[in-house]
Amino acid sequence: MKEPVLIGNGQGFWGDSIDAPVKLMHDGPIHYVTLDYLAEVTMSIMQRQKQRNPSRGYATDFVHLMKETLSAIVEKDIKVIASAGGVNPEACREAVFEVARELGLTGLKIGIVEGDDILATLPELMQSGAEFNHLENGEPLSLVQDKVLSANVYISSLPIAEALEQGAQVIITGRATDPGLVLAPLVHEFGWRADDWDRLAAGTIAGHILECGAQATGGNFSRWWEVPNYAQIGYPIVEAYSDGTFIVTKHPGTGGMVTIDTVSEQIVYEMGDPKNYISPDVCVDFTTIELEEVGKDRVKVSGIKGMPSTDFYKVSLSYLNGYKASGTLTISGPQAYEKAQKCAEIVWQRLKDAGFTFDDTNSEYLGLNSCHAEINPIPEQVNEVVLRLSARDVNPDKITRFGKEIAPLITNGPPGVTGFAGGRPKPQEIVAYWPALIDKSLVETSVTVEEV
Amino acid sequence: MKKIRLLELAHARSGDKGDSSNVGLLANNEAAYEIIQDQVTAERVKRHFGSIVKGKVDCYELPNLLCLNFILHDSLGGGGSESLRNDAQGKTHGQALLLMEIDVPDDFETT
Repeated sequence: MKEPVLIGNGQGFWGDSIDAPVKLMHDGPIHYVTLDYLAEVTMSIMQRQKQRNPSRGYATDFVHLMKETLSAIVEKDIKVIASAGGVNPEACREAVFEVARELGLTGLKIGIVEGDDILATLPELMQSGAEFNHLENGEPLSLVQDKVLSANVYISSLPIAEALEQGAQVIITGRATDPGLVLAPLVHEFGWRADDWDRLAAGTIAGHILECGAQATGGNFSRWWEVPNYAQIGYPIVEAYSDGTFIVTKHPGTGGMVTIDTVSEQIVYEMGDPKNYISPDVCVDFTTIELEEVGKDRVKVSGIKGMPSTDFYKVSLSYLNGYKASGTLTISGPQAYEKAQKCAEIVWQRLKDAGFTFDDTNSEYLGLNSCHAEINPIPEQVNEVVLRLSARDVNPDKITRFGKEIAPLITNGPPGVTGFAGGRPKPQEIVAYWPALIDKSLVETSVTVEEV
Repeated sequence: MKKIRLLELAHARSGDKGDSSNVGLLANNEAAYEIIQDQVTAERVKRHFGSIVKGKVDCYELPNLLCLNFILHDSLGGGGSESLRNDAQGKTHGQALLLMEIDVPDDFETT
């Protein structure tokens, strides 16, 4: 058993910094590096990829990262836990094994956790009583069942801990919870019981603080002007102890900062009822969290109370819900805002005249009020404004037609219009999100560890 | 009394949950926490956001973090990939709340 256990998160989402995980491994001591690659939309994209090619459907960025770091991972005995498996953890493992063989590495054990992907068994599950009613509005899944693109259970940290028990150095999961990637190594190292609610809660909070990467170390911090050296911002690390306390920090010499204020902002990120944060492992009371600054860039977290987990897993389903497109034009010079409003009026009028109406449309004035509406007044004179027009409809042909109506304004509308680059906006699929619950007894996860 | 903006005595972060956003408003100290508890009510937040928030606003208290957590229901134009809004995930709602004006005593010192 190591104590403290050092865990860093180098990837808050697919698209986060590609250098951050490498720096976590090289800029200071670390035992575990966690990497989160999945979002609801990602799962549906991966299902499509897998349907076209059975050997795809996972986060290929992770394989590139392994090419760069696997030798160092083995040399330094760092363990990596990544939700990079998407809807095909087995293929992801095979790709990493291929990297290991190219690098001449032997004896590397890679574990995969499966069982979260229930797309194929959805009809059977519904026959055996699972309802998958929408978690927020209670609507039955039958409304959209024929349009479902992906269905994944947020599994607990236990199968990940099991893979560690079996000696895996790299663990690839599908749809695990983000905090679970961090809780799992703590369960493994400290032998926390599955009903040790306070410690499981503590490990879950550690994971929650880490899950969005640099959002705990100065990223997205309100008083941004206080944050040193954003360019080289360090990603967050916890030093965790067996009693459930931990210290949030980052590698020495990196940019950013760790203070009570940067950590507490991340704690409240995407929070609902603070007294009942539900994960598959435990329910957590956020009002019990105590923070204390114990050094420069060191915040101690303690006091966390947990409650028994529920009998349900959360399920993330996605379904195709129409198409949308957005296009922008820059409007400059005298009366820029008035001209932009006129441009919007012209576009919607022309589409209407051509016989096209849409399920939803939106006209926004970037630079003036697209984010904060009427909270702040618009200045009387603005130098320029970006007009952003958007449309949504079940019929992609109508969205294609909308996309053709923006560029003409450069020559057949008001003056001072520019910035139409990148061609006509094309219809994008709208992948809508359908959260639901499933009884834990209906889900079976599996762990396999193999050696190259 | 004088008017100041929330950003002078608090900080905030926002994120999304479906078609709702949450804004965690964190006071800079105990005195500031008392002021925001008193003045930054759910009703006031609903009015502040105007046309952005179509639904109700709920408020939860976290005294341990000097925090009020507001849930802004139906505030993202459908949320996630369904929304046509530039800020489909409420990423900027925290900054928007910090623009709210509140009353403080003339001798109130911001930190």
